[in-house]
Amino acid sequence: MRRPDLAHLTRFLTGDPQADRMVPPTGYTARLTVFSAAAMAFLAVFALALALATGRMAVRWGDELARTATLRISAPTEQIAAQTAAALRVLSQTPGVATARALSPDEQRALLAPWFGPDLPIEALPIPQLIEIVETSAGFDAQGLRLRLSAEVPGAVLDDHSRWRKPLVQAANRLRLLGGVAIVLIFGTMAAMITLAANAALAANAQVIAVLRLVGARDGYIAQAFVRRFTLRAISGAFVGSVLGGLAIALLPAAQDEGGFLTGLGFQGVGWLWLLVIPPLAGAVAFAATQFAARTTLKELP
Amino acid sequence: MIELENVAMSYGGGELLSDISLRLAPGSFHFLTGPSGAGKTTFLKLCYGALLPSAGRVQLFGTDLRQMGRDDIALARRKIGVVHQDVQFLDHLSVAENVALPLMVSGRETLDQEVNLRELLGWVGLKGRADAHPPQLSGGERQRAALARAVIMSPEVILADEPTGNIDWEMSQRLLQLLVELNRMGKTIMIATHDLNLIRAAKGQVQARVLRISNRRLHLAGADL
Repeated sequence: MRRPDLAHLTRFLTGDPQADRMVPPTGYTARLTVFSAAAMAFLAVFALALALATGRMAVRWGDELARTATLRISAPTEQIAAQTAAALRVLSQTPGVATARALSPDEQRALLAPWFGPDLPIEALPIPQLIEIVETSAGFDAQGLRLRLSAEVPGAVLDDHSRWRKPLVQAANRLRLLGGVAIVLIFGTMAAMITLAANAALAANAQVIAVLRLVGARDGYIAQAFVRRFTLRAISGAFVGSVLGGLAIALLPAAQDEGGFLTGLGFQGVGWLWLLVIPPLAGAVAFAATQFAARTTLKELP
Repeated sequence: MIELENVAMSYGGGELLSDISLRLAPGSFHFLTGPSGAGKTTFLKLCYGALLPSAGRVQLFGTDLRQMGRDDIALARRKIGVVHQDVQFLDHLSVAENVALPLMVSGRETLDQEVNLRELLGWVGLKGRADAHPPQLSGGERQRAALARAVIMSPEVILADEPTGNIDWEMSQRLLQLLVELNRMGKTIMIATHDLNLIRAAKGQVQARVLRISNRRLHLAGADL
């Protein structure tokens, strides 16, 4: 195929009105093609929103959870205070730790309240002391800290949240991958539909094609009449579908903490620009599919 | 311009034509005759590259048909006007547009061609039918429109396959007249027909050679038909 330069593209889009008239207009298949392209574009918007939202989620979970860690000190009651002080001293000397703060009994009680109720006499129980660590952006060396703590604060257990973070980030990444796969499948299905529609149109216009061949039309000329038509249909259908899909996304409730990731589905900021990609992409898919179908069909004819 | 050399053509085992050699000289006028099913249409299709011979060589304007790509064949067809018995048009376009179709597909339509188109329609007697659509035409009008379409590119060769098959005698005469005129203008003409009266009618006006297909071979028929 020729390399599509800009002039060629413009010529293709403005078209040769005469060449267009060679193939009789077909209301029915035209509407079906436009509808399919619109439906596929609508679905593509959601797949795209899913991919972008889960991408954001993976980054956010990775970032937020990565910046905090928890130190748990389990020791006999009489040693807890001493070990806590020792741990805080170690942490204050550890590079990459922004702040380290022992949770107060009230805070610990609040954490346990969902399980034991608010009236738990927490002081009477041998529950571990928690220390909340906030990292600097550089982060700290968890392995090194663990080694040092095991020497100086034997009751300390460091939890840098990677245990929690990894499966969450992995799940988010997997969802994003699924969104990508869905987009590929959607455009693949669009290509298949347009190939079928183009083949039907080519078969319905067998006489037209035979006449054009007889009077000396090149394959490229005949193909273009079909290719241009289907490409424009796909672009216009996909445009409508993307607009409707975009509206539907815009009307979803905004992201809230309570709603979890579901309400975060959508586009943010420049993410909306992705919608602009769908119609031209649909056009490119239709162009390739029809071109292939037309060339294949024409090759069989005398 | 069109040259066949020991050409054979077989369809699924059976050989329809064999050992056919012919050179169409510029300005010649040929009739091709023979019983139905003898292979007249196949012969013409070989001449405009719609079929590839199963053996032998076909040359169009000096190039071997086997060496020609689809685009080369399309370009060669712009120099070969073809008229079929069951001529087909683009039914959604007017007669004038159908006649101008070869110009459109070759991207050659210009304003002075408009004048040519009107003259051409007048020549075949379809001036008043220019805006009609092909399904509205009678058999004779269709044949004349087909002839106009075949000659609008000013081709060097005109191949006509039973052009008078569907029309009455008077109309056949008129069509023949047009073909004879084209021949006088220097065009090479080949008419496949089983209508011996048409051949006799032509004999008085033009130096025509009569080819006959029988027993799968091409013979030069005697001058005395």
